[in-house]
Amino acid sequence: MRFYEYESKALFEKRGLPLGPRHLVTSADEARAKAAEIGGSVVLKSQVLSGGRMKAGAVKFADTPDEAAAHFEAILPIEVRGEKPHSILVESKSPIAQEYYVAVTWDGRNKKPVVIFSDMGGIDIEEVAETHPEHVSKTNFSSLLPITPRLAKEAIGAATVSGSDLNKLTPIVFELMKIFLEYDLTLAEINPLARLEDGSFAVLDGHIDMEAEARGSHKALLKELGIGDDETRQARPPTPFEIEGAKVNAVDHRGVAGNVVEFDGDLGLVIGAGGGSLTLFDAVRKHGGKPANYCEIGGNPSQSKAKNLTKLILSKPGVDKIAVMMNVVSNTRVDIVARGVIAGCIEAGRDPSEAIAIFRIPGAWEEEGFKILEKYGVDYCDRSVSMYDAAGRAVAKMQAGS
Amino acid sequence: MSILIDKDTSFIIQGITGREAVNLTRENLDYGARIIGGVTPGRAGRDIYGVKVYDCVRDVVKHEGQPYGSIVSVPPRFTKDAVFEALENDIKLIVIVTENIPRREVAQMVELANLRGARIIGPNCLGMISPGEAKMGGVGGPAANTRQAYTKGNIGVMSRSGGMTTEIASTLTAAGLGQSTCVSIGGDAIVGTTYAELMPFFEDDPATEAIAIYSEPGGRMEAELAEWIAKNNSRLPVVAFMAGRFMDEMQGMRFGHAGTIVEGKEDTTADKIQRMEAAGISVAERIEEIPELIKQRLAEKK
Repeated sequence: MRFYEYESKALFEKRGLPLGPRHLVTSADEARAKAAEIGGSVVLKSQVLSGGRMKAGAVKFADTPDEAAAHFEAILPIEVRGEKPHSILVESKSPIAQEYYVAVTWDGRNKKPVVIFSDMGGIDIEEVAETHPEHVSKTNFSSLLPITPRLAKEAIGAATVSGSDLNKLTPIVFELMKIFLEYDLTLAEINPLARLEDGSFAVLDGHIDMEAEARGSHKALLKELGIGDDETRQARPPTPFEIEGAKVNAVDHRGVAGNVVEFDGDLGLVIGAGGGSLTLFDAVRKHGGKPANYCEIGGNPSQSKAKNLTKLILSKPGVDKIAVMMNVVSNTRVDIVARGVIAGCIEAGRDPSEAIAIFRIPGAWEEEGFKILEKYGVDYCDRSVSMYDAAGRAVAKMQAGS
Repeated sequence: MSILIDKDTSFIIQGITGREAVNLTRENLDYGARIIGGVTPGRAGRDIYGVKVYDCVRDVVKHEGQPYGSIVSVPPRFTKDAVFEALENDIKLIVIVTENIPRREVAQMVELANLRGARIIGPNCLGMISPGEAKMGGVGGPAANTRQAYTKGNIGVMSRSGGMTTEIASTLTAAGLGQSTCVSIGGDAIVGTTYAELMPFFEDDPATEAIAIYSEPGGRMEAELAEWIAKNNSRLPVVAFMAGRFMDEMQGMRFGHAGTIVEGKEDTTADKIQRMEAAGISVAERIEEIPELIKQRLAEKK
């Protein structure tokens, strides 16, 4: 779950990292007033979750309060990768002597946190790592045993930094390592971390991602930052269709029938489970089919969940048929899903034999499931038909019908 | 032969009185597992299909002897404690079924396991099976369904998806290819044991002649496997299936397992396929191509 820049900075400030004066503004008048209050040159930055603000023209510098107000008006309508600004941050702009990069993230290979440090901050770190590897250090540290500042010192030193900068940077980097662990973050990044011309250090830009699974453990912090329980902070906000899908899944705790993601195609998908859904979605597309949605069923969902998910997908405008497909199931019962999707069709006012293009769920309780499907005249297949071919049969029916 | 588990492997189930764990107990016993005890705090004295329940792992060890393994099936907020308890009671092989555990806690469990010389499979996995020998976890479901999909043989299977482990095994079985051991390694960003970490076990197992893997977007596990294969001059042909190709165009969205998010180029299926093919891994476009590719690769070796 990504934080806005102003939220990341609020957390950094709370933990004693050095930051310049700044204000969040929502109108041009406010931008003018706060720029005057800060004094001198300021920078206005669009608050969006996606990267690429600078390129999009959503970061601008102002020397006077009036210029700040004009920039506010200019930035406000700019969408960054389709995202409108939440607000605009006005921040003091001081002359920079040196830019550093520091980030803490997870290293899935060593299964430990890693602190990445460079004295070539301000630019794309992956590029620096390729062109100037000696200026980027990567240092793993323990998430279990106590950590001390020497780890930060070693990380900084390994990127060829010494002198008073080494000593001044060490507590900042060490604090970021502690913040990362304490709040279950998946990314804590400061880029750039600047030494200003007056010799002081300042966090100029920062990014924080918190693990969604850990939200419950950090309610106090999220409340303090003003992040609501209902904010998903996904790459894009959920559509009404997706919100309804989440409701279907939340009704009871038996299994999963959710993770609904809307697409603009015409073939509804009732598919599962985690890996099976990815496989089947690819298969539908490979056959030239156009999925209306992605979803996941699994973990033996209740009949009513399967029913409601089916109803929801059939209610989507333009969806004429659904394909009900899974990998060979272990703990999900085929007969329960079969009853659920048939009931869903009927409640949606549809004939199951017409609405269900294919039913391919082999495994536990399949004989019972297949009997029910036969009774309603639904086209089904067992494991002798591959997931890929089952998807192909569904797509062929769509193409024949259009 | 097989890897990690066989018919003599003894284990316990932590969280044994939970709904899913009760099913697990039944399914594993029916497949011939040696479950010597179960743990649920406050439920000592009960029994689940003849398996005695204790309040803590220490009490199981005291009354039933030292188990080799444990299946941990407890809610996410209690999982770390349960795994630490298993590790500090000398358990050497732990299958974590639970999903939605934050990475920090998984990393801490893995670090302690390394310090204690133990191995973790999962979290967010269905465990493993050595067909005809034993299974440890929910993989394959009820024993009758498990026997239908899995047969004893010479192919090792590793999968980031529990369900797809069974789909692949079933496809191999239908093509006359049995399996030595199939491991559902878990769908999270950090897992106890990766493909590359399992390879040495398969390499040393005389029964294993080839490997089939299910892979997906997110993480560096496929890159790590490709490096291992290239570096170790593996005797085993590897065939991989790559799911989630559509996600390459959808940065930052999360589909399927928690570990699948595409954040950078290395997380994409295109990058993974390229790395695996460069290391000599055959990448299948469809599950049903796996048996044929394995047969071809085995024939080329002879």
